[in-house]
Amino acid sequence: MEELAIRVEHVSKEYRLGAIGGATLKGEIQSKIAKLFHKEDPNLMIGETAHGKNERFLALNDLSFDIGKGETVGIIGRNGAGKSTILKLICRVTSPTKGNIYLNGRITSMLEVGTGFHPELTGRENVYLNGAILGMSKAEIEKKFDEIVEFSEVGQFIDTPVKRYSSGMKVKLAFAVASHLDSEIMIMDEVLAVGDVAFQNKCIDRMKKVAEEEGRTILYVSHNMQTVKNLCNRCIVLSHGQVAYAGDTEEAIAVYMQDENLDNTTFFDTSGAKRHPKCNQRHLLQNLHMYESEKNSVAYGETFPFRITWKSENDTERVLMKMIINGIDASPVGVMFGGELKQKEGLNSAEFRFDTSYLVPAKYTVDVILYDQDKSGNIMFYDRATALRFTVEHGDKSLKLKHWFKDWGNAVLPCIEKIDGDDKNV
Amino acid sequence: MTQQKWTTVVKSSNSAFNMDLKGLKNCKDLIFLFVRRTFVAKYKQTVLGPAWAVIQPFFTTVVYSVFFGNIAGLGASDVPNFIFYLSGTIVWTLFANCLTETSHTFTGNASILGKVYFPRLVMPISTAISQFIGFFIQFTFMLGFMAYYLITDAGLRPNILILMFPLVLIQLAILGMGFGMIISALTTKYRDLAMVVGFGVSLWSYASPVAYDMFSRSQLAPGSAFYNVYMLNPVTPAINLFRYGFLGTGEIDWLFYGIGWISTAVVAVIGALMFSKSEKTFMDTV
Repeated sequence: MEELAIRVEHVSKEYRLGAIGGATLKGEIQSKIAKLFHKEDPNLMIGETAHGKNERFLALNDLSFDIGKGETVGIIGRNGAGKSTILKLICRVTSPTKGNIYLNGRITSMLEVGTGFHPELTGRENVYLNGAILGMSKAEIEKKFDEIVEFSEVGQFIDTPVKRYSSGMKVKLAFAVASHLDSEIMIMDEVLAVGDVAFQNKCIDRMKKVAEEEGRTILYVSHNMQTVKNLCNRCIVLSHGQVAYAGDTEEAIAVYMQDENLDNTTFFDTSGAKRHPKCNQRHLLQNLHMYESEKNSVAYGETFPFRITWKSENDTERVLMKMIINGIDASPVGVMFGGELKQKEGLNSAEFRFDTSYLVPAKYTVDVILYDQDKSGNIMFYDRATALRFTVEHGDKSLKLKHWFKDWGNAVLPCIEKIDGDDKNV
Repeated sequence: MTQQKWTTVVKSSNSAFNMDLKGLKNCKDLIFLFVRRTFVAKYKQTVLGPAWAVIQPFFTTVVYSVFFGNIAGLGASDVPNFIFYLSGTIVWTLFANCLTETSHTFTGNASILGKVYFPRLVMPISTAISQFIGFFIQFTFMLGFMAYYLITDAGLRPNILILMFPLVLIQLAILGMGFGMIISALTTKYRDLAMVVGFGVSLWSYASPVAYDMFSRSQLAPGSAFYNVYMLNPVTPAINLFRYGFLGTGEIDWLFYGIGWISTAVVAVIGALMFSKSEKTFMDTV
């Protein structure tokens, strides 16, 4: 068994809804006295019952997971899924209602960068203070001071009060301090949101390095799937205070991104979907059917036929079709043009064949666009709808992609053409 | 398979006796930096800087000397009013500041405490220690006036009990911190107490021999009806000891001084227990 860094064991965290207790001592005593004499509580709002006032909310519900030493684990989930709550518990900012959390090693928490930065103190003073708050001794900070300042890129302002820093500078300095601590576990909650892109990348590189070379454990919470994908080698998806999925990052993001489980669906109804206001909806996509497939997964390199059905207001306009392929984290992969559709007023349908040899094995969503374009390039949008979700699976032809790595991207471009038949010895 | 070891266990049990005293020992640097932060931040961007620490008690003393001392005639008969009131004021200020500043621990530092863990007792301890910086500036100021009154032979009789002054200061700081921790633990839920602290402390100062000399008042002097009740206020014997050591005025009742220490210890323990009970979940309510 690998050594563990964190074990969360049947943890629940309960919050009371509404105002906590009486807001004032007087109110609390009033309520208690009223209860004693079986009178109506004078502090209840209209419509509240004494029972309803104590309604409980389980932010975390019997949550359990283990995190091994040296792992970089992403925690993703919708707002209110319990991500921040579990981080707070692990950081010991507040206690669980039930269950225990076991930690192996010192913890650095970066729930919000610049925690404890005092605006009146200079950058230098704040580095010492912040380091001490995060658990470093003065000697340790002294040893790393130059490294911290260099990383933070605020060198020339280090003796200026922090209140004159820009928000980006504060984040940089704070991240620099936190990431140079000698703690075994680092916990980060969307800390990179403020820095510029170059600094974000620098931070991610730094964290990767810290995890790989120094064997530190990193817990990272973010809504930015790109950074999660980039940094984490494992992900936990939380939903309603429970683990919805734990494992491979790609898979976890797929679980997170998918509203509902649409696997094994081959008929996608788009007639009721919301449309973008730019679409004039004169030609409206009704549905897309993978009419020969039994499920919406296809082996790499195979093709599948599909039929689209659309409703037209007239037969005088020309309608072109194109599709935009998106990865599961909603990042676009590429566009495919489908050519001109022929239609009469009313319902029409057309059949196409989709070649999957341009897409690496993964999950995709497809937006179908109906439009027209005049000779000078102006586009008129009739309709755009997310009409298809499917999975490209590994198959006989995907050997080249067997060790596909996420930074290759999702599109397989045409082979590079070789000029002449034979290689020359020069 | 190696045995999994854990360095920390976060338990759901919410016992007050679950204090992180072990962690507290490693926090010397942090306490020092908090003290420094409080001091530096307080006087940044002021022209007079730490001189402000002297200006406040100076004017208070002047007002006390004029109104309570000269006009109302409540001062001590054997030493000059000014040094009598100055000594009382700075000792009282130390106690009052420890109390009020500590009582804001949870509400005033929610942004730090809500993001990162360190032994929470660091906060009240460093708050109390930082009050000493101001005190020692005022103390030096007082010593200057003492020197003046000694040279002019104004009736000051410093004696061997002067050596007990650190004990007086420590006791008052612990007492103030204890009450402050009780209040800060309660204010996480009930903000009412925060309102009471300000005027409660100023009322308390009138229940202590700060603005008047208790020994020249027939209602309060030893042997009087109120004496035994009046002396139960742990601040009173402490101030008396301080004044007796430096100025030679008043008397010392060792019985009540001992009782004062006992009540100080009780308050401090209750304060620490209440504080560590509420520190675990205060973020949910504050």
